[in-house]
Amino acid sequence: MDLSTRYMGLTLKNPLVPSASPLSSEVDNVRHMEDVGAAAVVLYSLFEEQIHHEAREIDHFLTTFNESYAEALSYFPEPEEFKNLHAEEYLEHIRKLKEAVSIPIIASLNGVSAGGWMKYARYIEEAGADAIELNIYYIPTDPRITSQEIEAMYVEDLKTVKSSVKIPVAIKLSPFFTAFANLAKRLDEAGADALVLFNRFYQPDIDLENLDVVPDLILSTSFEMRLPLRWIAILYGRLKASLAATTGIHTATDVIKMLMVGADVTMLASVLFQEGIDVISEILADMRRWMEEHEYASVSQMKGSMSYQNVAEPSAFERANYIKVLQSLQ
Amino acid sequence: MPRKMVTVDGNEAAAYVAFKLNEVISIYPITPASPMGEWADAWAAMGEKNIWGTVPAVVEMQSEGGAAGAVHGALQSGSLTTTFTASQGLLLMIPNMYKIAGELTPTVFHIAARTVATHALSIFGDHSDVMAARQTGWAMMPSASVQEAQDFALIAQAATLESRIPFLHFFDGFRTSHEIQKIEKLSEDDLRALINEELVRAHRERALSPEHPFIRGTAQNPDHFFQARETVNPYYQACPQIVQKCMDQFATLTGRRYHLFDYVGHPQADRVIVIMGSGAETVEETVRYLVERGETVGVVKVRLYRPFSVEAFIRALPASTAVIAALDRTKEPGSVGEPLYEDVSCAINEARFEDYWHLKTLPRVIGGRYGLSSKEFTPAMVKGVFDEMAKDRPRNHFTVGIVDDVSGTHITYDPAFSIEPDNGFRGIFYGLGADGTVSANKNSIKIIGETTPNHAQGYFVYDSKKAGSVTISHLRFGPRPIRAPYLIERANFVACHQFPFLRKYDMLRFAEPGGTFLLNAPYGPQEVWEQLPRSVQQAIIQKKLKFYTIDAYRVARQAGLGQRINTIMQTAFFAISHIIPKEEAIQKIKDAIVKTYGKRGEDIVQQNFRAVDQALENLHEVPVPESATSTFDLSPPVPDQAPDFVKNVLSEIIAGRGDTLPVSAFPADGTFPSGTAQWEKRNIAQEIPVWDEKTCIQCGKCAFVCPHAVIRIKVYHKKYARQAPKGFKYTPARGREWEADTYYTIQVSPEDCTGCQLCVEVCPAKNKENTRLKALNMAPQAPILEQEKVNWDYFLSLPEYDRSKLKKDSVKGSQFLRPLFEFSGACAGCGETPYIKLATQLFGDRMIVANATGCSSIYGGNLPTTPWTFNEEGLGPAWSNSLFEDNAEFGLGFRLTIDQQQRFARELLQQLAPRLGDRLVNEILQADQSDEAGIYQQRLRVQALKKQLKTIDAPEAQMLLSVADFLVKKSVWIIGGDGWAYDIGFGGLDHVLASGRDVNILIMDTEVYSNTGGQNSKATPLGAVAKFAAGGKRTPKKDIALQAIGYGNVYVARVAMGANDTHTVKAFLEAESFPGPSLIVAYSHCIAHGYNLKYGLRQQKLAVDSAYWPLFRYDPRRLEKGESPFILDSRDPKISFEEYAYNETRYKMLTKIDPMTARELLQQAQEVVNSRWHLYKQLAKAFEPGNGKAAS
Repeated sequence: MDLSTRYMGLTLKNPLVPSASPLSSEVDNVRHMEDVGAAAVVLYSLFEEQIHHEAREIDHFLTTFNESYAEALSYFPEPEEFKNLHAEEYLEHIRKLKEAVSIPIIASLNGVSAGGWMKYARYIEEAGADAIELNIYYIPTDPRITSQEIEAMYVEDLKTVKSSVKIPVAIKLSPFFTAFANLAKRLDEAGADALVLFNRFYQPDIDLENLDVVPDLILSTSFEMRLPLRWIAILYGRLKASLAATTGIHTATDVIKMLMVGADVTMLASVLFQEGIDVISEILADMRRWMEEHEYASVSQMKGSMSYQNVAEPSAFERANYIKVLQSLQ
Repeated sequence: MPRKMVTVDGNEAAAYVAFKLNEVISIYPITPASPMGEWADAWAAMGEKNIWGTVPAVVEMQSEGGAAGAVHGALQSGSLTTTFTASQGLLLMIPNMYKIAGELTPTVFHIAARTVATHALSIFGDHSDVMAARQTGWAMMPSASVQEAQDFALIAQAATLESRIPFLHFFDGFRTSHEIQKIEKLSEDDLRALINEELVRAHRERALSPEHPFIRGTAQNPDHFFQARETVNPYYQACPQIVQKCMDQFATLTGRRYHLFDYVGHPQADRVIVIMGSGAETVEETVRYLVERGETVGVVKVRLYRPFSVEAFIRALPASTAVIAALDRTKEPGSVGEPLYEDVSCAINEARFEDYWHLKTLPRVIGGRYGLSSKEFTPAMVKGVFDEMAKDRPRNHFTVGIVDDVSGTHITYDPAFSIEPDNGFRGIFYGLGADGTVSANKNSIKIIGETTPNHAQGYFVYDSKKAGSVTISHLRFGPRPIRAPYLIERANFVACHQFPFLRKYDMLRFAEPGGTFLLNAPYGPQEVWEQLPRSVQQAIIQKKLKFYTIDAYRVARQAGLGQRINTIMQTAFFAISHIIPKEEAIQKIKDAIVKTYGKRGEDIVQQNFRAVDQALENLHEVPVPESATSTFDLSPPVPDQAPDFVKNVLSEIIAGRGDTLPVSAFPADGTFPSGTAQWEKRNIAQEIPVWDEKTCIQCGKCAFVCPHAVIRIKVYHKKYARQAPKGFKYTPARGREWEADTYYTIQVSPEDCTGCQLCVEVCPAKNKENTRLKALNMAPQAPILEQEKVNWDYFLSLPEYDRSKLKKDSVKGSQFLRPLFEFSGACAGCGETPYIKLATQLFGDRMIVANATGCSSIYGGNLPTTPWTFNEEGLGPAWSNSLFEDNAEFGLGFRLTIDQQQRFARELLQQLAPRLGDRLVNEILQADQSDEAGIYQQRLRVQALKKQLKTIDAPEAQMLLSVADFLVKKSVWIIGGDGWAYDIGFGGLDHVLASGRDVNILIMDTEVYSNTGGQNSKATPLGAVAKFAAGGKRTPKKDIALQAIGYGNVYVARVAMGANDTHTVKAFLEAESFPGPSLIVAYSHCIAHGYNLKYGLRQQKLAVDSAYWPLFRYDPRRLEKGESPFILDSRDPKISFEEYAYNETRYKMLTKIDPMTARELLQQAQEVVNSRWHLYKQLAKAFEPGNGKAAS
């Protein structure tokens, strides 16, 4: 049985890829992922804020109180060199992983504005990463910013990164675009090697006692895969870029569904937190079992078979679907 | 190959040589020598090697006494060993120094000479410390400049190895230790060339070793000690020649020639000054100037002060010498004269009978004192001394540089006399500590000193405030070597980096006609003129200054640099000073930015580049009108209603004119009035908290945590609200405890607030309509200043609420009590001061405070003003600082007096009972003073007693009158930081705890030596980075509280007000009421922890939540009631140690320096937390009644 797949030019032994999460910050975890069958790994994200903020923070606290008072011209020993600013730590981590595992390493670069942080794409490439996942994480709260401006920013950011590296670049997106298919096409034209659908924002909660907004991390459920499922189905076959499905993929059947609508890879995170890294081997085994039972010989065989292009009733992926649901409830 | 030219300060210059030529370095922080130890520690941490190719062992000790002991041991066992110290630190080394010299052991101690505390502590420079060690048998080499600090460090090391006499190498604290100069750096080959390896081996061969055993350090008896003591004479006789030989070798090597006594001046001089230290440079330059103008004067610069070579000294003098003035930078009251004067006099007296006597006449010798505590010593003063020497009967034992209108010791001089060359740049820069002015100037010196042929000098003056401190930089550049160890008085460039300073300081008095004035102002070039005080406008016009302005804060904000204007002002300086062509200068600034910030990330570099470019675009020359138009002028330093002493004396110090105060202005014994900080309105907060009375829940937490006592709360009768000025806020008091018509106000003192935001952070009340707002919200100070000043004055005029009716054992209740510690100069957001303030609220009217040297003694007792104050009855804390190391003992002394005098008073009372009446006597003797009401009643009784005593004509009555106040309960507080309590003062503290006496010890634990810049102490936690623990502390923090519990009869509490404020109040009340020793260990967040201190209280809570800082109380009284004395007030840990620690740079920076070690130490730290928590849990159980241990 051939589980292999091609994802933005990389040949992967199967379509299971742990997505960006803190799990990948430990070399042992990544080794474990490889051992239990992961085909590649997306590293935890290097955030724009971290690149900027950490450098500023250290600079700030090392110097703020200096040269103010005769008895204490400084308050910290200042080492000649900071060997491991967060970004450099990240690069070092990539180097270590490349030595430790043989599966492809996809680094994740997370930011918003065009700026100095983008040059880390090149450093990431130099450190040995096989690909970059550009995660443009942006909640446009400013009512003066138009959708055109936002979309243009995404395209520009992608172009900037693409122009600075030779390795493939995926772009991870949120679903909150009015004309998502159009944006996907423009990113495809701008050179995206893959689209990763979708980014899952943490939704804040309210603490009523303290009247605080509190960040709240709730792990995904399989139900949440419906959104990427629909959009991958719609986009399959219309873009040069590969498609990665992420959010809500917990079981072998989730994986298979995603492949059938057109995903080249499926990405896992919540399930790894909930059930441990070993779950990858179970999902793989279940996949094999299902494919055997249903007489599928390869992943490529099923890939896109249930996409918008290939299903008997493409309108099922459109608005009709909604109406049907309502009708069925009556 | 030419040697490298570097711009360094004296400390770095000396430390470099010391590090390269030693194997063991034993250190302890003390200003101004600390940086030498810090350099050594940093170099060792970086793996820097000495000339023998090994990294010296650098070890921090618990005190200078300890450092000297370790040095002695390392020397005796054969290592080349050194230390660095100053002042009191050197005094603590003296016992060992006698031993080291007596055993003829080669070593060099490097001393940044500093004033020894007498009537007051001073961190600044003079020779009172080294002169206190001149009898120890050590050779003494004073260096006079940064170059010499390096050169003499080497010569001393070479000479000590050969002579076997240990050397004190000293240079003037701050003036040389902190002056930055361009010097020629000695190479390692230079160092090797002068160090004789055979002598190094000889030192090792003399060492203790079981391989060739002997004993050294015997005890001796009257029959032989004397003879044995005289055995060393030949070594001392040989020493001067050895030093001269080393100096000659050094001259051959480097071209810099030194002699035991260097004479400079007219070959036929009649007047000769003898001097050592940096003052010698000033005299030399003045002598050269005067000789060129025909005067017959000269100077002998002392290079080897001990052993004092009479012959070399006499030979250095010109035969024509008629008058000698020996100038001492120290004072020895009661002696014939100061040390150098005595030596010179004695030398002349001895030498005149010797063959080498060549003077034509017997010169008159006079002595004078100058420059105590870094007092300026200028060419004008030197000229004054020479003029005095020219008189028929010159004054002896004179002072110069002050006006002594008490004893008339001073000589006069013309302050306008100046020898500054015309072709040099002299700039004065006024900045704020936090704005980076000094860093920028240090950077400019490096640029000019190291990349151009110019010589460069920088010296920096800081005030003693820790929040909003003013810095004044003095920079000289020029084609000639700069030998001017005194402040600039005639500047051709004056820069004001802080616009508000213009109204506070008359800085243009230093500007030379035709000079340049650069002003950072929040106004454009068209508007700025009208914003200048009248006298500033006049000075610009009259002196024809070129006037430039830039809005540096706006540029900084645009460039993303926040409040750091250093790069911007530096660029502006280079652009208009023309020391280097502008384009070249800009490139050099950018190169320097890459060098400085490169390691912190490209982003920071780019930000600074932007700042440079934008600075140039925003720098404008301002056209100067023909006349001054401003209708306002400089503000008076203190308000008119201040007391006379504040107005006449302290205000002059505040205004920067302290140098002009005469001797008579000061008390003779160091006694100063308290309650003076209220007059020094510093206006340093850009934003202050504003109270929203409708949202407020009246919890009192804001006032509780305010480090500067600027947020106050009062409750009062409604009628006062009716009389209040418009805009004064009030609201009905909440709670059943108040009578009807009681109103409540929280008021901020707008001019004393530092803007730290702790109050806003702690405020639990959120506005229901807009949860972003609380009951306290920060708002810009300027627009509300006038209204809030009116409100504050009215607030102060409201009556204090009757203390006896307040519930003092709650946070809320305690905050209606007036703090008797207010407006200190502590850092904005300080974590120590709220504890002190709380103690004064609860017990201030009867407190007597012993304060260990450190942050708290500086913000508590550094002139001009003090935050310790008194209440409306004139009662308040009595405060004193003895030393760093003896504070517990000092405080115990207070208790001994109180107990002794009280006993005596009781005895006298009984004797006088027949005349006083039994009722009063019995009431006083049997008074219950366990609470405030009881103390109050007793105070009334004692007042009545004193009144009655005045009418009784009997010696016992007069005697009782002098001790009657001791019949009222006193509260002894011994306070200080962890450096004192855990390290240098621990022995004493332990003894005081063991004494059983009723004292209250408050350790404000910042976990480092905060006052000297964050050095490691035994309170520093495992894993934290500190100076002297640059690679992360490897051992756990000492559990001093647990040690104290070990005594069983000591009240012990560990508190953290940010975690549990009620617990803190309870602990303070319990500790004070405990009739034996009490110890409170208080978590004190600090700028040395490296985060925004507005989150200080949150960090305290996290420290407790992680069980890093378990709260508890141990109260021996509970045993008597059959209860467990140990109450663990913390719950099981809720978070990991990492979640607490990694919010702070002190922990987090190790992850950036050495991630592997950081991870390891973090794990170890967590294990320590776990095991200590487990121990506390076990203790809580073990102490439970019935477990048998409680009673044992």
